[in-house]
Amino acid sequence: MIAQVTQQPVAASLIAILFAAAITDNILLTRFLGMCSFLSVSRQMKSALGLGLAVVFVTTATTAINSVLYRQVLIPLEKAYGVPADTMILILFIVVIAAFVQLMEMFIERVSLGLYFSLGIFLPLITVNCAILGSSLFMVTRQLDLLGSLIFGLGNGLGWWLAIMLMAGIRTRLRNARIPPALDGAGITLIIAGIMALAFMGYSGMIQVQ
Amino acid sequence: MMTILVAALVVCVSAVVLAILLLAAERFLINYGPCRIDINSGRKSLTVEGGQSLLGSLKNEGIFIPSACGGRGTCAYCKVKVLSGGGPVAPTEEPLLTGEEIASNVRISCQVKIRNDIAIEIPSDMFDIRQYKGAVENIRDLTYDTKELRIRLMSPDSIKFEPGQYVQLEAPAYGRNPEPIYRAYSISSPPSDSHYIEMIIRRVPDGICTTWVFDVLRDGDTVMLNGPYGEFKMTDSDRSMVWIAGGSGMAPFWSMIRHMKETGSKRKCTYFFGAVARRDLFLVDELQAISAEMPNFTFIPALSGENVPDDWTGQRGLITDVVARSLENPPDVEAYLCGSAGMIDAAVKMLTANGVSTDRIFYDKFN
Repeated sequence: MIAQVTQQPVAASLIAILFAAAITDNILLTRFLGMCSFLSVSRQMKSALGLGLAVVFVTTATTAINSVLYRQVLIPLEKAYGVPADTMILILFIVVIAAFVQLMEMFIERVSLGLYFSLGIFLPLITVNCAILGSSLFMVTRQLDLLGSLIFGLGNGLGWWLAIMLMAGIRTRLRNARIPPALDGAGITLIIAGIMALAFMGYSGMIQVQ
Repeated sequence: MMTILVAALVVCVSAVVLAILLLAAERFLINYGPCRIDINSGRKSLTVEGGQSLLGSLKNEGIFIPSACGGRGTCAYCKVKVLSGGGPVAPTEEPLLTGEEIASNVRISCQVKIRNDIAIEIPSDMFDIRQYKGAVENIRDLTYDTKELRIRLMSPDSIKFEPGQYVQLEAPAYGRNPEPIYRAYSISSPPSDSHYIEMIIRRVPDGICTTWVFDVLRDGDTVMLNGPYGEFKMTDSDRSMVWIAGGSGMAPFWSMIRHMKETGSKRKCTYFFGAVARRDLFLVDELQAISAEMPNFTFIPALSGENVPDDWTGQRGLITDVVARSLENPPDVEAYLCGSAGMIDAAVKMLTANGVSTDRIFYDKFN
């Protein structure tokens, strides 16, 4: 499968990676990663947008950084000393993500207070968002190069953003709906997430990227 | 063996590199350097290290802004007018401010971070607010659920305030309370008793501070408090006054009446004190004694419960009804109310319905 992608022209394969990550292989609705913040911060469009954008940004950047770490540090180490790269990635990737988020928070606070206030409060929240770690780990299993990783991270982030925006839109409308009291809140949200996942499953098979 | 060592080394080196990066970022990105706080257009100017909250910096410099939640951005007491340098309103402030307040530059000072020179405006009596260290002199029972707490001030050893003002008592971390919190209590002692502070505290079920006062605090213990705060004071006019209180709402009036007695005030005053049953009444004998000495002062306790004993010769019914019955010349009185929110709202409604204008109604509402 990987060979199939790399044989295509570069631009076309990158678009395929982006589309596959965002839609057909949506990290939230087909892999069920990043569910906790998806369920808790999707009450309003405004906060969903803020969190979604923060996830897009952090996923893109950390997937690329982790790609460099994996290819330039861990693979050579494995060859030289036999340190298994696949067991090291879990601990190193999460540390890199946590540090990156902290750095970004400080940087954004210094550079743009407006952006910090709209995005900044979500940044600490997504350090523990599993979709972000998931994006880095899938990048390794897919053997993507740096550019591929960047696009793959962007795709995953956009897919997550799309899913939470859709959910926030639906939940905004739900406020006027008559929901059985037993299902109000988390119950109805989980049911909607399930139906959305079913809808996204309809896309699977459109692109053959594994 | 080598593999394990190298693996551990890689993890350590990565952690160290990232930690150094973060420390460097903190050093250069978060370092705002010394910043100036200008208060009330040059009345006072402070130089503080940037990066802290406005509330915290002012507190470190000895200027106390009322705050009950300890700077967590929940109580909304620490509002301050920021004239310049406050930056945009943070999302944590927005729910606590009205549109009008945002338009007139009012900010929640615990959520304002000092990033550059800043100019603020505070009421001038906030300069007189101090942090006091004191020792518990005496805790006595007033009723089954109300105590009087008397504190001897140690440093500074005396306080200047006007009757009706309140202090904030610090309940330190204890038991299930993980960090210090502040709660406001009206001062019940008169200003002449300046080396001491008395408060009347009614037990709140599961209340953090009242549980501490009732169950933990003992005579001789050291306590921290700051104050005085509040605009609930008697006006300078000679108009007759109607005081309405319930429960621990007694506190400011117990201070006011003793102050009036000491200063020889001739102002006409009627004090209505509402309680449910006889066991909720306190300081009745003391107030009746004062009333016997001061011809212009009348104390009217009233019981609203259903099983009022037959030998009760005082007023019966809800305190608002008792006041309404005895109002003679409503437009020419000032009303002072202190107690629970429900009682105050009902009393304000009753007073305005009887023709007392709202600018002559002053109240201190307990939340």
